[in-house]
Amino acid sequence: MRFLFKTDYEDDIRLFPHSGYVVSYGILFALLLVAPYVLSSYLMSQLVFVCIYATVGVALLILTGFTGQASLGHAAFLAIGAYTAAYLQKYNVPFPVYFLAAGVLTGLIGALVGFPALRLTGIYLVIATISFALIVEEILARWESVTNGNEGMRVKALSLFGVAVPRDSPTFYFLCLAVLVLTIVGTLNLLRSPTGRAFVAIRDSETAARSMGVNVALYKVKSFAISAAITGFAGVLFAHKLSFISPEMFTLQLSIEFIIVILIGGTFSLHGAVLGAIFIVMIDPFLTYLKDDMPGIIAGVAAALGAGKERAAGIQSTVAAFASLNGLKGAIYGIIIMLFVLFEPLGIYGRWLKIKLFFQLFPLYKRATFKRQKIYVKSERNR
Amino acid sequence: MSYFRAENLSLHFGGLRAVDAVSFAVERGEILSIIGPNGAGKSSIFNLISRIYRPTSGRIYFEDQDITEQPPYDIARLGIARTFQNIELFENATVLANLLVGRHRHSTTQLWQEFLFLPSVRANEKVHRRRVEQVIEFLDLEPYRDKLISGLPYGVRKVIELARALCSEPKLILLDEPSSGLNVEETDDMSFWIRDLKNELGITVLMVEHDMSLVNRVSDRVIALNYGRVLAMGSPAEVQHHPDVVAAYLGA
Repeated sequence: MRFLFKTDYEDDIRLFPHSGYVVSYGILFALLLVAPYVLSSYLMSQLVFVCIYATVGVALLILTGFTGQASLGHAAFLAIGAYTAAYLQKYNVPFPVYFLAAGVLTGLIGALVGFPALRLTGIYLVIATISFALIVEEILARWESVTNGNEGMRVKALSLFGVAVPRDSPTFYFLCLAVLVLTIVGTLNLLRSPTGRAFVAIRDSETAARSMGVNVALYKVKSFAISAAITGFAGVLFAHKLSFISPEMFTLQLSIEFIIVILIGGTFSLHGAVLGAIFIVMIDPFLTYLKDDMPGIIAGVAAALGAGKERAAGIQSTVAAFASLNGLKGAIYGIIIMLFVLFEPLGIYGRWLKIKLFFQLFPLYKRATFKRQKIYVKSERNR
Repeated sequence: MSYFRAENLSLHFGGLRAVDAVSFAVERGEILSIIGPNGAGKSSIFNLISRIYRPTSGRIYFEDQDITEQPPYDIARLGIARTFQNIELFENATVLANLLVGRHRHSTTQLWQEFLFLPSVRANEKVHRRRVEQVIEFLDLEPYRDKLISGLPYGVRKVIELARALCSEPKLILLDEPSSGLNVEETDDMSFWIRDLKNELGITVLMVEHDMSLVNRVSDRVIALNYGRVLAMGSPAEVQHHPDVVAAYLGA
């Protein structure tokens, strides 16, 4: 166990509290840099999706995790970013310009969504953001002169300063990684300055925040705008990665996936966004595996246990039918959320901290360390 | 002209007159206590001053400025800080983060500067941190700097709330039952600190309190309220022996 001896106020401000962090993040960064030359193209593609989902996760953490404003409308922000890119690309606008434009436009729309959200809390805010997402989805489907309606839009390969960057090239991966790293560093900077602390204050007690001089309305709108803008940036990368976008990609299910990213990763730290993104991106190949291989394996096991040939074939087709049921993915997501909320409310990152502490304190770790006292007094009447 | 003045302040909830035409003045550098039975309207007055409620009628003046129509977040910016009866701390943040929110009214940096954490932001942060450290030293909070609020005992939270209010470097501080839930020893500490607020830091104190021994020890003047009306005003001894006050507490 390491004890930090602080001798300067700088020790409370710096991002890496001690040299151990520099070493471990340095190694991680080096691994990420050599990844495209080592990993298979399939894994690289997954890694790009992890970067994009993690960027959205960080955006959602700013809004939900730190400001305490729930949102089920982030798929719409992603869509606005993606469609802005696709639309501007048709007029040969260079990448840096439409990348920034997508972020700015999404940020402005985010601020607009933030205004009605000022008077809503909790479940009502969730419903308001869902309706916003549905409106955006509908507009994308109907506004055919701009969005091409349900036929969707083709997105040409990205061109950076005259050089084409195909969506499966290492350069594209590095671009996504850079956006993610810059987002994380920027967000960490925000969190250690007055704005970030005002966000956390609003999350924990609006009354107290107000009486300490925080303009709650302004900071909620700021939080919405920042979160939306980052999601808009991610949307541009998302559009390029998929090379084709249509309204049915940006449904409620995608918004729920983003919520899962932060719920499962952990809502109290930016690590959660990245861990949750890895989880959500890797669950798809797992489901595919379930669909393709599980029926055969179960039938094989049944045959080995003495089931007849016809019986085994019957089992195989039953399992296959079950694995390709329509709502299975949604059901599995639902079960995962429930299990995490019930048994691991701090998420994967919380579990990681517990394991770390277990080894640091071995053999003195107590299970109650992470239990928090219930809040017993709270003046709701002052809301 | 008084430092702080409330004139004919009223707050009605339908037919209930929580605060009914209350007028009082606070002089610069004094400690004024408001006492009264439960439901007398003491905390409501605080909530009117910090603009959580909008007064039905009446005006509030601070440093000769009418602050009745100021938005709530500007009250802190004018130099009026407060604590809450039921502790309103930021539960899932560290003590340091809580105290730094108290510095919010002094933050001058823009969003984009903070996003890049420019040297100016860093310099400001260090100033905030140093001021917070002075308050930590003043209130003996050194053992708790990096602890989460949700894991701290009630007595410590009470002190942290006072500390957060002090971090905003207020000119007038509103203390809503500073000793509620504290044991005898902690109440003693609190009374010394309230005295020090006035004598060392030159802060004017307006406080609501039930503990009469604390009121007697620290107050320069006392106001007694009942049913939203002022019963008596004057030195602690005068008010305590005022026949209306005795009747309000003991029944006539």
